[in-house]
Amino acid sequence: MKIQAIALNTFREAVRDRILYSVLAFALLLIAASAILASLSIGQEGKIVKDLGLASSSLFGTFIAIFLGIGLVSKEIERRTIYAIIAKPIHRFQFLLGKYIGLVLTLLVTVGVMVLLVVGLAWAVDGHWTPGLLAAAGLDFLALMIVTAVAILFSTFSTPTLSAIFSLAVFVIGRLSGDLRWFAEQFAGAGLRRVIQVLYLILPDLSRFQIGSQVVHGLPLAPAGIAWAALYGAAYILVLLLLAIGIFQRRDFK
Amino acid sequence: MDPVIQIEGLCKDFRVGFWRRRTRVLHDLTLTVHRGEIFGYLGPNGAGKTTTLKLLTGLILPTAGSARLLGQDVRLVAAKQQIGFLPETPYFYDYLTGREFLDLCGRLFRLPTGVRRDRIARLLHLTALVEAADRQLRKYSKGMLQRLGLAQALINDPSLVILDEPMSGLDPLGRKAMRDIILGLKAEGRTIFFSSHILPDVEVLCDRVGILVGGRLRGVGRLDEILKTRTESVELILDRVSSDLAIVLRDLAQAPLLSQPDGVLVRLPDQERADQALRAALEAGARVVGVAPQRLTLEDHFLREVQGKTP
Ligand SMILES: Nc1ncnc2c1ncn2[C@@H]1O[C@H](COP(=O)(O)OP(=O)(O)O)[C@@H](O)[C@H]1O
Ligand SMILES: [Mg+2]
Repeated sequence: MKIQAIALNTFREAVRDRILYSVLAFALLLIAASAILASLSIGQEGKIVKDLGLASSSLFGTFIAIFLGIGLVSKEIERRTIYAIIAKPIHRFQFLLGKYIGLVLTLLVTVGVMVLLVVGLAWAVDGHWTPGLLAAAGLDFLALMIVTAVAILFSTFSTPTLSAIFSLAVFVIGRLSGDLRWFAEQFAGAGLRRVIQVLYLILPDLSRFQIGSQVVHGLPLAPAGIAWAALYGAAYILVLLLLAIGIFQRRDFK
Repeated sequence: MDPVIQIEGLCKDFRVGFWRRRTRVLHDLTLTVHRGEIFGYLGPNGAGKTTTLKLLTGLILPTAGSARLLGQDVRLVAAKQQIGFLPETPYFYDYLTGREFLDLCGRLFRLPTGVRRDRIARLLHLTALVEAADRQLRKYSKGMLQRLGLAQALINDPSLVILDEPMSGLDPLGRKAMRDIILGLKAEGRTIFFSSHILPDVEVLCDRVGILVGGRLRGVGRLDEILKTRTESVELILDRVSSDLAIVLRDLAQAPLLSQPDGVLVRLPDQERADQALRAALEAGARVVGVAPQRLTLEDHFLREVQGKTP
């Protein structure tokens, strides 16, 4: 009940902020515009709508996750809103989990709206609906939950600006990490290869969660691969949250 | 007596500056507060009052020493079940309404819905926020936030209420209301521990005070005891003082007389000598213009402690 109370409050903060609506409106507009553009091109309409739609909703989701995530804890400390809360009988881990769940809930709603629009547009263009889109969006949401956990981890000890830079770096490297590893094996010298291997081990491999292009091109999905990615994502989130809790437990609020 | 707050050897270091040098802002604090008393925790700005209250409420962790609230170590979450806390110049979620914020606080104590609703209504009434209850906190004035801060501190019907500068940000009427509420809380059997650097508020409220200067506790005691340790003096203003009388008065006062527009000022160190001086003055045909007993105020005592501070 305490975690739930914090989560709902976090959700409430997000949905009472006009900025969220502006970003969402912009994203929806972009997705719709891409569908109109696609309808002008010949033969590829459905693919472009799905491709661009999934990419935009993923990108905007990440933007919102980082933008809200970096201030999730540090803003509460800076504004001293946390004082009255922590002085109540709530464990610090409950507070942190509540904040995380609240932001994930916010993302679920905003990204959900975007994905619904993509699915609807694709249906309108194709004349039939593609269930794989939901699988792709779902798996991508797991990647988004990792980025959110990264942002909240940085938020427990760093300033919003630094947190934003770090989270963004983790996101970009994480997205490219599949390519990076391939690059290392092909070209890099032993030293660089070692560095990239270590980076690959530490940073989340977000490319595992990208099955959008398979769905778009109608290729069969590998259930085992999806299951592994889901397991990997859940484990990664768990580790990040435990780290964040470990740091948060020891912090002074001043 | 039943201890409600037991602080033993509490120390707090902060790391400051570029080199993150450790500086101690609270030195070996040992203090006990008993059930049912109003305890004023006094000290100038920067003395370490807020630091102490943050240690008590688990916002910061002690460097050394320990503290217990109602018998439970402050590091345990369970210790906060019976505590209410008003932070210094409180700032709450400005996107919530007053009622929503109090509801959130009630949930953190796992209060059932019905209890929350009734208690919120009662507290809004107590803090005169009924009309503002459904307005967002961004539209609240400083004084309203302070009052809401008090309301949220009482949401769990606490037996110990900890208030950090409860009078700050309030106008004279607000202060009077806050004083009355604090006295009401005491009448209900609660213990109140509050910090303040504004002394007139304290004098009429506290059963006991502790004086903190530079992170060190310089004195604890009942107000009347602290103030009685110094002898009261009495000032007389006399007119038509003959030279013979002047000699007698100087003897009694053990100090030179001060001449004033309306007569001569004689400062006598105690009541006994004041009586003698008055009798002598009347017999000698002088006129008594004024008699003013000089009571040592908490402010005097406080200033003495602050100025006499050792490094
Ligand atoms: N977070 C902090 N980091 C470093 N120094 C601090 C911090 N908080 C307070 N201090 C210092 O500790 C001392 C006590 O501060 P505080 O407890 O706020 O005093 P008071 O509440 O009595 O005015 C001050 O000298 C202040 O500068
Ligand atoms: Mg203070």
